[in-house]
Amino acid sequence: MYMKGIGVFDVMGPIMIGPSSSHTAGAERLGRAARSILGEEFNKVNFYLHGSFAKTYKGHGTDRALVAGILGMETYDERIKYSFDIAKENKIEVNFIEEDLGEVHPNTVKIEFVKDDESKSFIIGSSIGGGSIAVINIDGEDVYFTGEYPTLIIKYKDKKGMISKISLAIALGDINIATLKVDRESKGEMATAVIETDHKVPENIIDEISKIEGVSSVKFIDAI
Amino acid sequence: MYKSALDIIDLTEKYGCRICDVVLMNECKTSEKSKDEVRQRVKDVLNVMRESAKSGLNDSIKSVSGIIGGNAKKVEEYRKKGRTVCGDVVNKAVARALSSSEVNAAMGKIVACPTAGSCGIVPAAIITSGEIINADEELLIDALLTASGIGQIIAKNATLSGAEGGCQAECGSASAMAAAAIVEMFGGTPKMAFNASAIALKNILGLVCDPVAGLVEVPCSKRNAMGVVNAMSSADMALSGVESVIPFDEVVTAMYKVGKMLPSELRETALGGLAATPTAIKISKEIGME
Ligand code: SF4
Repeated sequence: MYMKGIGVFDVMGPIMIGPSSSHTAGAERLGRAARSILGEEFNKVNFYLHGSFAKTYKGHGTDRALVAGILGMETYDERIKYSFDIAKENKIEVNFIEEDLGEVHPNTVKIEFVKDDESKSFIIGSSIGGGSIAVINIDGEDVYFTGEYPTLIIKYKDKKGMISKISLAIALGDINIATLKVDRESKGEMATAVIETDHKVPENIIDEISKIEGVSSVKFIDAI
Repeated sequence: MYKSALDIIDLTEKYGCRICDVVLMNECKTSEKSKDEVRQRVKDVLNVMRESAKSGLNDSIKSVSGIIGGNAKKVEEYRKKGRTVCGDVVNKAVARALSSSEVNAAMGKIVACPTAGSCGIVPAAIITSGEIINADEELLIDALLTASGIGQIIAKNATLSGAEGGCQAECGSASAMAAAAIVEMFGGTPKMAFNASAIALKNILGLVCDPVAGLVEVPCSKRNAMGVVNAMSSADMALSGVESVIPFDEVVTAMYKVGKMLPSELRETALGGLAATPTAIKISKEIGME
């Protein structure tokens, strides 16, 4: 359940491919999150399944849903059932590995994309119920966002006034900030801000933020 | 925004309208969408429900694991022979509820209402009851809005998830949602509708979530059949004037508290109840899910 002010379509919804909102719909969204965060150029994907995902992924079709997600299919796409064949047609190799990912939600998966040049990148995410997800790690760095909103992930050097400069750039784009979380290694070191917004953040605003002195990277992930 | 059945009943009295009107008004306000836009989206939901409630009647649908399937078709063929205990209406509803739940287990398209495991109850209830009074599409859309209103109140004050509250929270809630929807469709008052919901939920209070092999198949599928029949009989009782001694809001709180008292073995973990029976363990081994 998306608990934020429970609307009627949270109760009668989502329209989805069965059998389980957390094991199929959530898994499919995690796959889609990986695609939108790590990019669309990959030819091999390794899924490291944890906990309940590891135990029941075959019977629930979690594996097919994850593959559908990395191929960019939506939660209600009837091709999810055939995602393995579609991956094969697209020459994408997929592997499923059961692995203990530590102190995480029982429905957690690490999704690793491998590119042509063998370079790898990954996300770790959990299916937290009712089809809702949380991305908890990107390439070894802890984050937390649900993909329910468009999300900016900004890395910068921790110093006074950075957050106000960043939020000013966002406000100038006439975009409202829904939530903002800041995490830093230690005082004066690199910090990460995760900002959820009410609207999609356009290229030019992302550019503006990148140009702020001290900002080292900006990643934008549209709502999933 | 309303938080309880009492709030909704107050609003219906204030505006002289039905539960579905209050729910629609509120949805328009909170989502900043027009009535037509919201109704159109409900229509999309209705269409998926119609499909899922139908496709298992003619084709035998097998689940991904192979544990369940084909039961909707069996019941439908049996009904057509004309000699049944419960009659046409109940058997039609049962077949439809089984159909959606088989479609779900076979990775087909359904509407989680409120969850995927309980997805057969509301569609079977409103389609089957709607047939009796020749309800048009608009009335079915109204019925879905009524059902969601009940679900919203349960989600606010309790839970709709089996992992948190057991099956009473999934199939129990779906049954309560369906019961109120039927009552409003048949012209009953908002009070009658909440009486029906209260009765339906009381009847399923305490039901545990114990899916065999951790899959949404056994006992889920047949609990959908039970859920729709319970909704229909509760609706009939309420329409006849029968009241629930314990008001709906209190039943919801009781359901939440019962859920909290359930050990985790009986909340979707597949460690207790039917999931822990010798047959269930054997099935789990056979399909490699132990
Ligand atoms: S037994 Fe559990 S999984 Fe099955 S319908 Fe009930 S709550 Fe859902």
